[in-house]
Amino acid sequence: MLENWIYIGLFLLLAWIFPGGPILIARFLSPHRPDAVKNDVYECGVETVGETWVQFKVQYYNFALTFLIFDVEMAFLFPWAVSFDKLPLFGVFSGAFFVLILFAELLAAWRKGALEWA
Amino acid sequence: MSFFSDPVNSIIHWLRNLLIGWGLSTGWVTLIMKALGVMVLSTVALLLVIFLIWLERKLAARFQQRLGPNRVGPYGLIQPIADVIKIFTKEHITPFGVNGFLYNLAPLLSVSAVLFLWAVIPLYKGVVGVDLNVGVLYLVAAGALGTLAILLAGWSSNNKYALVGAFRTVAQMVSYEVPTVLALLVPVLLAGTMSVSGIVEQQRVIYLIVSPVAALLFFLASLAEIGRTPFDLMEAESEIVAGFHIEYSGLKFGMFYVGEFLHAFTVSALFAVLFLGGWRGWGAEAFPLLGLVYFMAKAFLVYFLVVWVRSTLPRVRIDQMLNFNWKFLTPVGLILLVATAVVQKIILVSGASYGVMVLSHLVVNVLILWVAFWIVKMREARRPRRQPVAQPRPVARPPEVTRV
Repeated sequence: MLENWIYIGLFLLLAWIFPGGPILIARFLSPHRPDAVKNDVYECGVETVGETWVQFKVQYYNFALTFLIFDVEMAFLFPWAVSFDKLPLFGVFSGAFFVLILFAELLAAWRKGALEWA
Repeated sequence: MSFFSDPVNSIIHWLRNLLIGWGLSTGWVTLIMKALGVMVLSTVALLLVIFLIWLERKLAARFQQRLGPNRVGPYGLIQPIADVIKIFTKEHITPFGVNGFLYNLAPLLSVSAVLFLWAVIPLYKGVVGVDLNVGVLYLVAAGALGTLAILLAGWSSNNKYALVGAFRTVAQMVSYEVPTVLALLVPVLLAGTMSVSGIVEQQRVIYLIVSPVAALLFFLASLAEIGRTPFDLMEAESEIVAGFHIEYSGLKFGMFYVGEFLHAFTVSALFAVLFLGGWRGWGAEAFPLLGLVYFMAKAFLVYFLVVWVRSTLPRVRIDQMLNFNWKFLTPVGLILLVATAVVQKIILVSGASYGVMVLSHLVVNVLILWVAFWIVKMREARRPRRQPVAQPRPVARPPEVTRV
C-alpha cells in the first residue's frame, strides 16, 4: 500500500526533470541577446497602456463559486459509488436524493441568473 | 512467463534479481525499480509526442485536403525531429516585468501535470505504473494541475492578453471539471472500485455500450479540458493573439505545445481505459503483449476522433461554451448518475443476469439522452429569434439606363 505512494512521490519529484532538463539545455544552446524593444510587452506592437492586472468581470467569480459547490459535493460521492454493491437500499436512495438536491441547486442557480454570461 | 508474451514483467523480474544479486537490500531495490519505472514511462510518453505531432499534422492536413509534411524523411516522419532541433536553438526571450519564478515554473508544470496522469493508466495486463486503489480520484486531482499551469503562465507574463486568456481558461477548465467528475462516477459505480486497473478488469462489456451517455459526457468535457478547437478560447488567436503563452519563446513555448499534445493523447487513453475496455480484447489474457496493441489501437482511435473534431468545428463563444456545460452537460450528468444508481441497485437486488443489466442501462441511457435533446429542442423553439431582414438591402447598382 505505502509502496504505491512511494511511486507517486517519485513521480512528483522526477516528472519535473523531463520538461526542466531540455529547457535548461536549450537555454545554453540558444543565443541570448536581449534588447529594450525585444523584451517589451508584446501587445500588437503598440506600447502598453495602464496596469496589466486589469479588473475582470464578476461572472468569473459566479462560475467559480458554482463550481466550488459542485466539486466539493462531488468528492463526497466517490466513497458512495465505490461501496455501492454493499450499500443497503436506504443508502442508495439517500445518495440518489443527495444528487437530486444538487440538481435542484443547479436549477436554483440557473433561475437566479448565476449561469448567464452577460 | 516468456519474454515475448510479456517483455516488461520479464525485464522487471530479471533486473530485480540482478540488483538483489549485487547485494542491495530489498528496500533499495524497490526504490530503484520504481524510479526506473518513472523514468521509462515518462520518456516513452514524451517520445510519443514527437510521433503525435507528426500524426496530428498529417491528419489535419488530410481533413483540409492538403498533404501535410512530406519532405523530410519517408512521409515526412522526420519533420517533428527537425522542428525539435530548430526550437532547441531559439532564443528564450523573457520580457520586462514578469514574475520570474512563476514564469519559469508554468511550462514545467504544464508537461508534468499531464505526465502525472500516466502513473495510473494500465498499459496491459499486469503492467501499470501503480495500481492505486483511489486511481480515479488521483486522475481528477492530478488533471486539475494543468489549469494551475495555465493560470500561472497567464498571470506571471505581465501581459493583458495572457491574463485574459488565463481568465477564460480557468472559467472553462473549472466548469468542465464538473461533468468530467460526474461521468467518471458512472464507471466507478458500475465497477465498484476506484482503481483504474480494476475498472478495466470489470468491463466484460465495454462501458461505452453500458453507459453511452457517460462516455459522451466524458469525451465532450475532455475536449474542453485539453483546450482545443471548438473550446480553444484560451488561445483564440484572432482575439487575444496567443492567449496565456504569448510571452513565451523557444523551448518554454515548446513545452506548452508538448503538454497540449500529450494531454490530448492522454485523455484519449483515459477514454480507452475507462469506456473502451483498455487492454481487454481477444487473446489478451493468454498473450499479454496483445493487450498493449489493443489499448494503443483504442487510444489512437479516440485520438483520431479528437483530431477530427479539432479540424472540423469552429470555435464557440465563451457564453455558448459555459451554457453548454452548465445547462446541458451538468444536468444530464446529475440525472444520469441518479438513474444509473437506481437501476444498478434494482438489478443487484433482483439478481438479474449480466446481459439484462447491460440492456437496461443502455435503454435508460438512450432514454435520458432522448429526453434531454427533446427539452433542448422545445426550449430552442420557444427562444425569441432575430427575424431576417425582408426588405432589399442597399447595394451598389448600376444607374438605370433610359433607352431612347
